[in-house]
Amino acid sequence: MFERLKTMLVKEFTQLLRDPKMRFITFGVPVFQILIFGYAVNTDVKHIATAVCDLDNSVRSRELADRLQQSGYFDIVRRVGDQREVREIIDRGQAKAVVQINHGFEDAIRGGKRAPLQIIVDGTDPNTARIVLAYAVTIAGRFSDQILVERQIRSSGIIRPTGMVELESRAWFNENLESRNYYVPGVMAQMVLIVTMMLSSMSVVREKEIGTMEQIVVTPIRRWEFILGKTVPFAVIGYINVAIVTLVAAFWFDIPFRGNLIFLFVATGLYLLSTLGFGLFISTVSRTQQQAMMSSFMFTFPAMLLSGFAFPISNMPQPVQYATYLNPLRYYLYIIRGVFLKGVGAAVLWPELVGLLVLGAIILPFAVRRFRKTLA
Amino acid sequence: MCSQKNREHSPYFSHGDLDNTVTLKELVKRFGDFTAVNRISLDVKKGEIFGFLGPNGAGKSTTIRMLCGILRPSGGSGTVAGFDIVTDAEQIKEHIGYMSQKFSLYEDLTVEENIDFYSGIYKIPAEKKQPRKEWVIAMAGLAEHRASLTATLSGGWKQRLALGCAILHEPPIIFLDEPTSGVDPISRRNFWDLIYRLAADGITVFVTTHYMDEAEYCDRLGFIYRGELIALGTPEELKTRHMAEEIVEVLCERPQDAMEIIEELPGIRHAALFGRGLHVVAERAVEAIPAITARLATAGFQAPQPERIVPSLEDVFVSLIETKDREAAPQQEFER
Repeated sequence: MFERLKTMLVKEFTQLLRDPKMRFITFGVPVFQILIFGYAVNTDVKHIATAVCDLDNSVRSRELADRLQQSGYFDIVRRVGDQREVREIIDRGQAKAVVQINHGFEDAIRGGKRAPLQIIVDGTDPNTARIVLAYAVTIAGRFSDQILVERQIRSSGIIRPTGMVELESRAWFNENLESRNYYVPGVMAQMVLIVTMMLSSMSVVREKEIGTMEQIVVTPIRRWEFILGKTVPFAVIGYINVAIVTLVAAFWFDIPFRGNLIFLFVATGLYLLSTLGFGLFISTVSRTQQQAMMSSFMFTFPAMLLSGFAFPISNMPQPVQYATYLNPLRYYLYIIRGVFLKGVGAAVLWPELVGLLVLGAIILPFAVRRFRKTLA
Repeated sequence: MCSQKNREHSPYFSHGDLDNTVTLKELVKRFGDFTAVNRISLDVKKGEIFGFLGPNGAGKSTTIRMLCGILRPSGGSGTVAGFDIVTDAEQIKEHIGYMSQKFSLYEDLTVEENIDFYSGIYKIPAEKKQPRKEWVIAMAGLAEHRASLTATLSGGWKQRLALGCAILHEPPIIFLDEPTSGVDPISRRNFWDLIYRLAADGITVFVTTHYMDEAEYCDRLGFIYRGELIALGTPEELKTRHMAEEIVEVLCERPQDAMEIIEELPGIRHAALFGRGLHVVAERAVEAIPAITARLATAGFQAPQPERIVPSLEDVFVSLIETKDREAAPQQEFER
C-alpha cells in the first residue's frame, strides 16, 4: 500500500541529491551558518578601543589607566592631552570609550576627597555601551577599594576588618558567558525552518511551474501519498541538519550538550509539524518558485526576530509577546537551549512541547485541506 | 453494473455501454459567466481514433480535463471506460492515459527513472514492470538513451517517452491533448504511426489537434467552436455532408485581385487564398462556374476553367465557423 509513497520518495531524493544547489543548501548552508555564529557573530564585549585623556599625569592616574588595560576589556589605543580631541576621536570611531582624568585627581585622593573620573562611551550601539559602562564601574570600584585598604595600612599598619559586601557571581549553564553557546544551537531552529518550509513549498510549486503537476493529477496517486512524498524528504533533511549542527556544536565548538538527544529529536518532530504545515500552506498560495521563496522569507524574518533568537521576548511590548505564542520557532528555540545548556527534558519543557503540538495540529490539517483545492 | 473485481483485472474491459468508451451527454462547464463547454454530447467507440478539432480556446482542453476526472462538470453527465466522470473520477484515473501539449516528465531524471516513477505511481505489478519498461524504451526508440537525463533528449523522443509513460499501465483509453504541437513533421508522422498501432491493439485514442492534416488521420472527428460541438462525423462525412455550400477552385494570376472581384458576384459566399489559387465558396457550383469564368474574362484575367472540388477539412471547418458566426452575430446584437 506504500508503493506509491515509496516511488515518490525515491524520485524526490533522486532529484534533491542530483541538484548541486540543493546539495549545498542541504549540507553546506548549516555548516556555513554554524561557522558564522561560532566565529564571526559574537556579542561578547572585549578589547574595547579606548582613549585616555590624562590631564593629571600623576602616579595614580597612570595606575588607573593601567588597571583598565590589564582588565582585558579596554585596549588603550590613544593617549591625548587635550580635552578638545576627545570629541573627534569618538566621531571618527577611533575609540568606543574615552576615559578622562582631570587635573588634581591624585591630590584629591591624597586629601581624602572625592576624585572625579569621567568615562564617555559611544552610545550608538546601546548594548555594547551598557556593558562597557558596567566594566568601568567595576574597575573604578575596585580601584577605590584598594585605595581604602592602602590608607588603612598606612595609618594603622594592619588591615582591620571592615564590613564590606563581596559579590560572588556564578553563571549557571554557560559558565563563561560565551555568546556562541547561546547562538550556535539556535542555528538549528533556523535551518530546520528554512529547509522544511522553503524547500518543501518550492518543491511542490516547481511541479506546478514546469507542468509535471498536470501529469501527476491525472494519475491515480492519492493526495496523502503526494503530500507525504513532498514533506518526508524535507523532514529527513531537517533531521540531518539537526544532527550536523549538534555534532559541529559539540565537537568543534565544545558547546555543552547536557540533555537527551532522543528528547531533542522528538521535539524536532513536533516542530516539523508546524514548519511543514506552513510550507504546504505557502505552496497552495504560490504559483511560482519565486513567490514561494518570497513568502517563505516573509514568514522567516519576523519568525526569527520574534523568537528570542537574538532579542529577548521579555523585552518586547506585551501585545507582541502574546503574538510570539503563535511562533513555532519560539518554542523550539527554548527547547534547544534547554536541552543543550541546561540539560532539562520533558519534565520542564512540556509547555513548549504542547505549544508546538497545538500549533502543528492547527496548521498542518488546514494546509492539507487547502492543498486539495489547488490540486484540482 | 459489474463487480469491482472484474473492472480492475481487465484493463480493456469496459462495462455499461459495451461499444462506447466515452459517452457525453449535454456536458457543460462554466467558469463564472463564461461557458467554456456548452452542452456537448458525443460517443467514442472502442478502438477508435477520435479527433477533437477546434481553434485555441474553443473548449478542447476543458472537455478533456473533465473526461480525465480533474475538472468537475457544471452540468450534464458522461462516462469514461464505464466510470461516471462526476462520481468515479478517481477510478477513471486508473483506466486512462493522458498526455498534454506541454512536456510533463521530469527533465532532471533519466529516461529509466521517469519510467520507474510512473510504473510505481500506477502500481504496475512487479513481474510486469521490467517488460513494460522495455516495451516503452523500444517503442520510443530510446535503447541507447535509457540512462540519459530527459532534458538532453530531442523533442520527438521526449514526446514518445511521454506517450510511453502515459500508457505504461495499459489503459483502454488515452487522451492526447495537442500531442504534436512544437514537434517537427517527421517526428509527427512517427508519432501518428504509434497512435495507429495503439488503436490497432484496441486502445481508444481521444486526440485534440488544430492541425488539419492530422485530423485526416482520425476515424471520426468532432468540431468544437466557442464551446459548442458544431459537427461530428468521419472526415468523409464532414467533407460531403456537413457543408451546405460547394467549393470551386480557381487557378489564376494575381489571385488576390481576383478574389475581390469574385466575392462581389451573387451566390458567392466568400473566397480564400489557397496555394496558388483560390477556393471559392459558392451556393451552387453549376451557377458559379460560368459566372466566375465570364467575370474574370471581362476583367482581363488569364484563367483556366474553374472546377468544382471536394472540400478539404479546412474548407469545411472555415465554412462551419462562418455559418456559426453568422447565426451568432444577430443574436448577440439582440441580447445587447
